[in-house]
Amino acid sequence: MTTSTGEAVQFWLLGIVAVLGALGTVAMKKAVHSALSLAGTMIILAVFYLANGAYFLGVVQIVVYTGAIMMLFLFVVMLVGITAADSLRETIRGQRWMAALVGIGFGVLLIAGLGNASVHSFTGLGQANSGGNVEGLARLIFTTYVWAFEITGALLITAAVGAMVLTHRERTERAATQRELAERRVREGAQVPPLPAPGVYARHNAVDIPGLLPDGTPAELSVSKTLRARGQIRDVSGEALESLRELEQRSERHAEGEGESGPAPANGANSANGANSANGAAK
Amino acid sequence: MDHLIGALIGAPLLGAGVLLVGGRRLDRVGHWIGCLLAAASFALGAALFVHMLGRPTGQRTLTSHLFSWVPVGGFRADVAFQLDQLSMTFVLLITGVGTLIHIYSVGYMAHDENRRRFFGYLNLFLAAMLLLVLADNYLLLYVGWEGVGLASYLLIGFWQHKPSAATAAKKAFIVNRVGDMGLSIAIMVLFTTFGTFSFAPVFSHATSASQAKLTVVGLLLLLGACGKSAQVPLQSWLGDAMEGPTPVSALIHAATMVTAGVYLVTRSGAVFNAAPTAQLAVCVVGAVTLMFGAIVGCAKDDIKKALAGSTMSQIGYMMLAAGLGPIGYVFAIMHLVTHGFFKAGLFLGAGSVMHAMNDEVDMRRYGGLRKYMPITYVTFGLGYLAIIGFPGLSGFWSKDKIIEAAFAKGGTEGWILGGVALLGAGITAYYMTRVMVMTFFGEPRWQPAPDPDEVPSVEPGIEVHPGELPHPHESPKSMTIPMVVLAVGSVLAGGLFSINSAFLKWLEPVTGHSEGHSPVSTWEVTAATLVVLAVGAALAWAQYGRAPVPVTAPRGSLLTRAARRDLLQDDFNHVVLVRGGEHLTRSLVYLDHSLVDGAVNGTAASVGGLSARLRQVQNGYVRSYAVSMLGGTAVVVAATLLMRAV
Amino acid sequence: MNPINYLYLSALLFTIGGAGVLIRRNAIIVFMCVELMLNACNLAFVTFARLHGNLDGQIFAFFTMVVAAAEVVVGLAIIVTFFRSRHSASVDDASLMKL
Repeated sequence: MTTSTGEAVQFWLLGIVAVLGALGTVAMKKAVHSALSLAGTMIILAVFYLANGAYFLGVVQIVVYTGAIMMLFLFVVMLVGITAADSLRETIRGQRWMAALVGIGFGVLLIAGLGNASVHSFTGLGQANSGGNVEGLARLIFTTYVWAFEITGALLITAAVGAMVLTHRERTERAATQRELAERRVREGAQVPPLPAPGVYARHNAVDIPGLLPDGTPAELSVSKTLRARGQIRDVSGEALESLRELEQRSERHAEGEGESGPAPANGANSANGANSANGAAK
Repeated sequence: MDHLIGALIGAPLLGAGVLLVGGRRLDRVGHWIGCLLAAASFALGAALFVHMLGRPTGQRTLTSHLFSWVPVGGFRADVAFQLDQLSMTFVLLITGVGTLIHIYSVGYMAHDENRRRFFGYLNLFLAAMLLLVLADNYLLLYVGWEGVGLASYLLIGFWQHKPSAATAAKKAFIVNRVGDMGLSIAIMVLFTTFGTFSFAPVFSHATSASQAKLTVVGLLLLLGACGKSAQVPLQSWLGDAMEGPTPVSALIHAATMVTAGVYLVTRSGAVFNAAPTAQLAVCVVGAVTLMFGAIVGCAKDDIKKALAGSTMSQIGYMMLAAGLGPIGYVFAIMHLVTHGFFKAGLFLGAGSVMHAMNDEVDMRRYGGLRKYMPITYVTFGLGYLAIIGFPGLSGFWSKDKIIEAAFAKGGTEGWILGGVALLGAGITAYYMTRVMVMTFFGEPRWQPAPDPDEVPSVEPGIEVHPGELPHPHESPKSMTIPMVVLAVGSVLAGGLFSINSAFLKWLEPVTGHSEGHSPVSTWEVTAATLVVLAVGAALAWAQYGRAPVPVTAPRGSLLTRAARRDLLQDDFNHVVLVRGGEHLTRSLVYLDHSLVDGAVNGTAASVGGLSARLRQVQNGYVRSYAVSMLGGTAVVVAATLLMRAV
Repeated sequence: MNPINYLYLSALLFTIGGAGVLIRRNAIIVFMCVELMLNACNLAFVTFARLHGNLDGQIFAFFTMVVAAAEVVVGLAIIVTFFRSRHSASVDDASLMKL
């Protein structure tokens, strides 16, 4: 059975991409990029599986490999530090030469061996897949290869248990109670009450806006250090003082015009009190 | 009757066991136990002798198989005894002289606090010596051989508090070891050749073995004999062995043990008869030792050492005779027996003299003792006449026969050996006359006893009063009686043996005998011997009897000085063997260090170095290991492809 | 198209993966390269199945996938554990087993 021209075109196009992906996997500095390159290669391999009549494997390749295993890789990459860029400088003396020699030698040997083979056409899977690829595989798996299949099952379970054992961290000392933690904080003179909340009451509730102290200055503790380091804090203390002044003027005007008015200064006092108490607590 | 042979050995062995194990509670009776058991052994021997005489000549050999010692496959060693005429002669000599010397020792060692131990050792010696001569196979003979070596060592070093005695004991033991090595190898060769140790089958098949093998065996046996009998070149220990108590010198180093070599050669006569080269070697060794001992005996001023030189010389006669083969075996043994009598008597006399002279051994400080110790003088004198071969006395009969036999060997060898033997007789007369004259004649040249603080007491037998002149006196009866008995033996033994050739007829069934073809007649030899003898004695008389003997020895000629140093034998041993050994050892050590250790260490170092380099491969980096794995895989792929291509 | 091309591609990918294992130090990338090698083998298996006209090759590829999954689970767990103790994902840092 010969192959179609379409398959040939597909092979040459996707084959080049697959090789590029493989090279990317090896050459990319960052693990994430490598993982993405590998995922690309795997998807192309899945296409090749499909083209070779291995429908079940093609789907499994996408679902299990590209879907599950590569995601697992990405999880671990995230876990161990996405920023840890790998230096490509070789540290073992002669390793690169040896690697090049052995790698090229091995490749040449493989290709030379294949070059000797006289393969001209596929037998084709038309007959084998006649009852459906999945059914054909299933028949083999549950008859000829049932023993190996059972053992791979055991292997998977063992691997899962092994992974749990490896990643499990045993607690070697008693966890401190809440009371002990509180006492320690007091003894160490740490921040005992909750940190002051960011944002200005009734005006801003974003985390990048520090709360204001009673005198209108921003409370440093109320925003994340990271945001401050990045310079992403929006200081609104000037606006607040401005608006407060406006409010006072307006209320004075109102008092002059309508006599004594309770709620407005009371509001301001309340607001100031709230800020004050928060500030005092911060100290 | 045959079973009594075991008892013959058993009696003194029992004595040795009882005396050595019994401890101090036997101190008071120990010496009598020793004497009793030695005498019992002699009585048994005499009874067996009578029994043997009662049997026809051809059936006189008695055998007794005690038990199988080591029966392993084809290897079979038995404790079995064979009492033939040769053994009988030795048994009587050993037990007879041994008993006399036991009795003598009772008096001689009276003041020694370790007398019981001394008698234990003497009994042990008797047992071992009897085992040696009664064994019916070489292995058992070797046991006795080593046993007498041990007893000799213990007795020479009996006064081991004296460094000289301890050293002499070690020297005797070590020199003997060289000889024992020869004997043991000879026994091994005999076993590999004949497949048995027993005398009878070995001797009956002796001629079937190859000439080379027999010569090797003969030479090795000779080496053993040289060690035990103090023959050149293993003679150096005998002079020093005189450090032992005088009875020991008399019994072991004059009468019995040192003749074991002669016994060995005579016993192995069948082997030697088939190996003429070895036989000639025996003759040469005997002749050389004969002269060697005689010359040394002439120069020594120490009475015991002079007698030791004489012993060496007389055993040289015996070896010479034994080397002559059937012509001489009988006379070797005959001279051995007569020598046993007169040499033991001479030593006992010397001991008696020393006893009287505050343990002085230097003959230059004796003189004129005949008036003070008449019994010693007479017995010593009879021994002296016997050894020089005064007509009618023992030595005359046996030594003359040996000289005759040496001439009878025939050819140039016969003339040379006979001449040497004849000359030896003259020198014997010279040095023995010298001893006699210096000791018993002339003016007294006694010296005050040395201060015991300066010179440690030599023999703790008598009280020494520092600064006083000795008071010579006759020895007690326990000492004089054995001397008298031995003197009688010295006078009569040779004559009795020679009446009707009795000894020859007695021993001939065992050793065989042939007359040989002497180029000179018997009476010519006798006459020549007497002339030589007279010249020697006269020379000594002229030198020491007529002229006064200086108390301190004159410087003397080169030969005299060399002879005083035992003809430089110790110097030779020191330079050649000790130094040579040291150099050999040093070079071997060097070889060991540089070559053997070098190879071993070099191998270790190269393996270590290689490992250290290989270790670099194990750098712990997973990726390096991965390179190896991929490289290995590549090799496998290449091999697979190659196999497909082929 | 000659079916052998698939096998050439497989060999190429395998060799690239092998080179990656030898060259890279980040354990995760090394691991990915191992996966790449496994996938290259799978491609060869699938191609063989089509060449010979039976499904055994695909079965082998299937088992390879299962074993690779088990391997990834354990391997990544090891990497995580190692990272926890060493704060590094470099395979060169795990070089204590040497003389």
